[in-house]
Parts: sequence; C-alpha cells; structure tokens
Amino acid sequence: MQARLAAHDLACRRGDRVLFRGLSLSLEPGDVLHVTGANGIGKSSLLRILAGLLSPYAGTVERDGAVGLLDEKPALDPDQPLSHALAFWRAIDATPGTNYPWDIEHLLDVPVHYLSTGQRKRAALARLSAQIAPIWLLDEPLNGLDHRGVSMAAAMVGSHSRAHGICVLASHQPFPLDGMRVLELAEFVP
Amino acid sequence: MIRVLTALMWRDLRNLLFGSSRGGAVLPLLFFLAVAMLYPFAVGPDAPLLAKTGGEVLWIAALLAAILPLDRLVQEDIALGIFDQLNLRGVTEEIVMVVRLVAHWLSFAPLLMLACLPAAALLKLDGETLYLLLLGLLAGTPGLAAVGLMIAALTAGLRAGAALSGLLLIPLALPILIFGAGALERGDPATLGFSAAISLLLVAITPFAAGAAIRAGREG
Repeated sequence: MQARLAAHDLACRRGDRVLFRGLSLSLEPGDVLHVTGANGIGKSSLLRILAGLLSPYAGTVERDGAVGLLDEKPALDPDQPLSHALAFWRAIDATPGTNYPWDIEHLLDVPVHYLSTGQRKRAALARLSAQIAPIWLLDEPLNGLDHRGVSMAAAMVGSHSRAHGICVLASHQPFPLDGMRVLELAEFVP
Repeated sequence: MIRVLTALMWRDLRNLLFGSSRGGAVLPLLFFLAVAMLYPFAVGPDAPLLAKTGGEVLWIAALLAAILPLDRLVQEDIALGIFDQLNLRGVTEEIVMVVRLVAHWLSFAPLLMLACLPAAALLKLDGETLYLLLLGLLAGTPGLAAVGLMIAALTAGLRAGAALSGLLLIPLALPILIFGAGALERGDPATLGFSAAISLLLVAITPFAAGAAIRAGREG
C-alpha cells in the first residue's frame, strides 16, 4: 500500500486563539517536510492534528498508512529498565529482534528515569525505528541530542525517506538533511 | 489482538502490583489491615460488639482502601504519552480501559479478600459473617474498581485530581456499600444480588466513560 498524508484547509484553535488557518499539504512517499516557526506557533498542535490525536478546528486530514509519533513524551515506563520499557512496545508492534541502532546497548539495564534528556530521546528514537510505520511525525527530534545524535537522526530520516516513507518534522533549529520541503508556519497565522 | 491485550495486561499488572513509586498494591492492603487492627483498640475488647459491627467496619475500610491507588491509575500514563502511542497503533482507549479495569481489580480485590481472614480474627467475626463479607466483597469490588477507574480518568487533568477523586468516589460507591454491608445486617446473601447488579452496570459503562474522558482530555 502506498503511504499518503494530506491535509486540506486546516485550522487549529487553542483556547480562544486561532493558531493557524488555511493550511493545506500533500505528501507522497519519500517526502520529508520540515515545519518551522517560533515557539508556541502551533508546530506540535499541527503534528497532533496530522496524527489524529487532536481534531482540527476546521479542515480535514487524510492518512494512508500507520503513523509513528515522536514527541516530548517518551512513552517509556520510568521505573523499568530500558530494555523492559522498549520490550513493551516491541510486543505491541510485534517486531522481532533486539538490536537497536541508537547506541543504547549499554543503557538497556538502566531504569528509564536515570537516563539523561539526550539518552531518553535516543531511546524514543529507537522505539520509533522499531515500529514499522510509513508515516513519521517528529516533534523537535533534535532536542537534547549531541552532534553525533543529530547526524544519526538525520541519517535515519534520510533512509526512511529513501525507503518510500513520509516524514513531517517540526523543529525550530535547522535539520541537516538535503531535499526537504519547508513549511513556514508563520505564513498561516491569521 | 490477543498479543496486544497480553502485553497491556502484563504491563498494567506489573505497574499496579509492583509500581515502586507509590508502594504498589501493598499500601491499600496495609491500610485495610491497619483499620482492622485499630478498631478493637478504639472500641475496647468487647467481643459481641466487635463481632456485630466488625463486618461493616471492614466494608468501610475496603471502600477507603480502594481510593488509595486512584491517583496513579491513569494520570501517569497520560503524562508519559502511553495512550497517544497506543491510539496511533489502533488500540482504542476503550480497550486499554477494559484491560486496566481488570488489572486494577486483580491488584487490590483478591489481596483485600485474603486480608479479611486475619481481619476477621482480630474483630472476632463468626464464620457466617466472614462468608457474607467475602461474598459481598466479591460482588462489590468490581464496582468499586470501575467507579475508581472512571473517576481517575475524569480527574486526570486536574491539579487537585487526587484529592478530588477520593471525594467523588464516596457518593458513587454508596449503593455498593449499602447493599454489601446490608447483607451482613440481615444475614441474607440475596441482598448481594443488588450489589452485584450495580457492580455489573458500573463495569459495563466504565470503559466507555473512561475512554471518552481520556480522549476529551487531549483537546484541553
């Protein structure tokens, strides 16, 4: 099945403020879209709307294919060793094997709440890469990562794109990957 | 589907029974036993009085013990984003709540019923009262677990949620208490039918109410 992600004339309202309106996009397999904008402009809300977790104030979203979401919540049990926390998602996703490409082998016995911000982000990226989802929605994927982590994240998105995946990433900092489309969210602020 | 349910159940039971941050399933159990231990000290060693009122006191202790795990029942998983991730994988909030309800019941009710044995000895309950008490708890605790889960999901986003959930549980659990403890008074197991019926109703609506509450909480 061909993955596809499209949105028509989206508007998002939080409280009594309209964050953005008139936003349309259409992504085909292999597309990477970088959503940029200042803090609080609605990048995370847009991603949650695209994921189907938040209903848009106006407009529609069409999704073909499973969605993998990476946001500030790691969804890993804090009092469990990392290997157990990841094993839960492996069981839900029914993905075999236990090699994580994220340089976290030495952390597998460490309870999640002892991990640093960057280590936790690596663990969440490992969870995402183990999930087989053609559509990736990444909210600030580079936060907390060191230089090596940043280049690994870029390489991961690059290979996802080459494997005909779709990726929407929201980040206020530059993402080191060529051939991305850019969506400046400020253009849609009323 | 079975694979998903097994993984969910395993995780829920592990967190509810052994969750290290809040004392797991031991805290409600100790609370329940503490009431059974303190009551004879308060009313004195009057065996007939203890035997007459002890069953009802244990009912109140069970009801209050059911409040203790509420604040970590739903709130933590919302903060962790567990429900979001499950939703994206096609596991609806209702399914998650059915599993959580069963796990919540398993993590406190059997232990509580087991603790009724030493508690009955402390309160000098006779065999028939103990039998009615255990039967009543078997009929009533699913309802208590359901009400607790529903309230935990509804109050999850609130700052004073933990304190509020305790207060909210009391009126909703009242019918279970009235029919459950009422059976002890009359010595008639038939009254427990009402308790079981209320429990069944609460168990049936809780996954939908709690699931809707979690979804509504995302919009806030």
